[in-house]
Amino acid sequence: MIKKASEINETTPWQEMTLGGEIYEGGTSALFNTGDWRTMIPVYHPENCKHCMLCVPYCPDSSIPVVEGKREDFDFMHCKGCGICAKVCPFKAISLEKVGA
Amino acid sequence: MARKDRMSGNEAVAFAMKQINPDVMGAFPITPSTEIPQYFSTYVANGEVDTEFVAVESEHSAMSTCMAAQAAGGRAITATSSAGMALMWEMLYVTSSARLPVTMALVNRALTGPININNDHSDSMGARDSGWIQLYAETNQEAYDNFVQAMPIGENKEVRLPVMVCQDGFITSHAVENIELLEDETVKKFVGEYEPEHYLLKKENPLAVGPYDISNYYMEHKKQQAEAMKHAKPVILEVARRFEEISGRSYGFFEAFEMEDAEVALVLIGSSAGTAKETVKQLRREGKKVGLVKVRVFRPFPMEELAEALKVVKAVAVMDKAESFSACGGPLFAEVRSALYDLENRPKAINYVYGLGGRDICVEDFAMIYDQLFEIGRTGVAGEIYRHFGQREQEV
Ligand code: SF4
Ligand code: SF4
Repeated sequence: MIKKASEINETTPWQEMTLGGEIYEGGTSALFNTGDWRTMIPVYHPENCKHCMLCVPYCPDSSIPVVEGKREDFDFMHCKGCGICAKVCPFKAISLEKVGA
Repeated sequence: MARKDRMSGNEAVAFAMKQINPDVMGAFPITPSTEIPQYFSTYVANGEVDTEFVAVESEHSAMSTCMAAQAAGGRAITATSSAGMALMWEMLYVTSSARLPVTMALVNRALTGPININNDHSDSMGARDSGWIQLYAETNQEAYDNFVQAMPIGENKEVRLPVMVCQDGFITSHAVENIELLEDETVKKFVGEYEPEHYLLKKENPLAVGPYDISNYYMEHKKQQAEAMKHAKPVILEVARRFEEISGRSYGFFEAFEMEDAEVALVLIGSSAGTAKETVKQLRREGKKVGLVKVRVFRPFPMEELAEALKVVKAVAVMDKAESFSACGGPLFAEVRSALYDLENRPKAINYVYGLGGRDICVEDFAMIYDQLFEIGRTGVAGEIYRHFGQREQEV
């Protein structure tokens, strides 16, 4: 039986798939684009950012990547545009705007 | 040594739960199953079990608790009835499709509306397609025996499906009858330990349960569930065989009562079988060849076996204690008649919807139905197929 999400594809017969679609690894949602139904989008203004990291734990979708102690631009494959990060940023380094505006 | 006692059907099931000592119970009270978690919470409070008793705010949460506990690697139970089960609806499907063998004591009660707290089978029949195994009991003894057999069936590696152990609200759930209880140790040994291969709390095996399953994969998982139901059939019989060894009581998919030479027969589910059996005995004393098939396992449905049992009769009345509003018969009728279709000489079949919302049925009523069956057998004319029994009628 196939146990890794990446090994299951559209040619896999039912006998080979795990019962109930169990997946024997973690973090597979990283592979799936859930960020395509935003109506609002956070915009990062790096010139104002103090890298205080307050926005990072507040993001409910883990969409603010941190590399070597510095926050990077948003992961738009998963960001839902909820605007929490813009609210919590004390330094106006994030603004919330209409998608496509 | 088995010990004799007197118990209601609710206490009998709660007692089986105590002997099994599961890991988690998610519970919310609803009539007539309220007593089950009530008795069980006393066992928890007295330290007779070490079950985590989770008193939740709704039945939706009760089933969510159970499925989470089972996914984590534990054994989970709950009890419910009627509207309570209706509120679990979504989670019934989640539990069975995630292949988590939760065990539920269902005390059958009418499903609104108008509001009614008495017995019929609308709740479990409504859930018949949710992927749960369904066992039904005639007596409190059978409710107890079915509950003891439920986990070995559902947890079998070839099955892995949740099991609903049904009994009739108030009729068996509250009526106190003599019962033979197995010893704690015997039950423990029979049910055994729950040993899932993978579970959320097993740290060597990262696991995601209940993934997003788009159209590219969904059908494959439904096929797996359908196959699991087929696998459940031999497992149910094997568990019954082992159960007979420890109890002396034998169970199959159904009980065929006086069927060997029967000319006409009833098919029904649950406690009405007691009354129907009394009718069979009386009519047999008068030399009338009547028989009865009491269905114990409704999911998986024992299609070939039922056809085999019914092929001897000329006419059969299928008794449904639930409406399905198909305008052509109840749920049991639809399946039984479909089972008969493959017989070379199939009996005439009629349907009676009866006993809704606690409407009584007695020996004379069954005798009248048998009379009608003899008439159908003699004339070969079934007449109206879809009938209701026991409601007041305007004189015509
Ligand atoms: S808008 Fe919401 S989802 Fe997107 S990065 Fe900010 S907090 Fe996260
Ligand atoms: S809260 Fe604002 S300043 Fe702090 S890291 Fe996030 S964007 Fe930068």
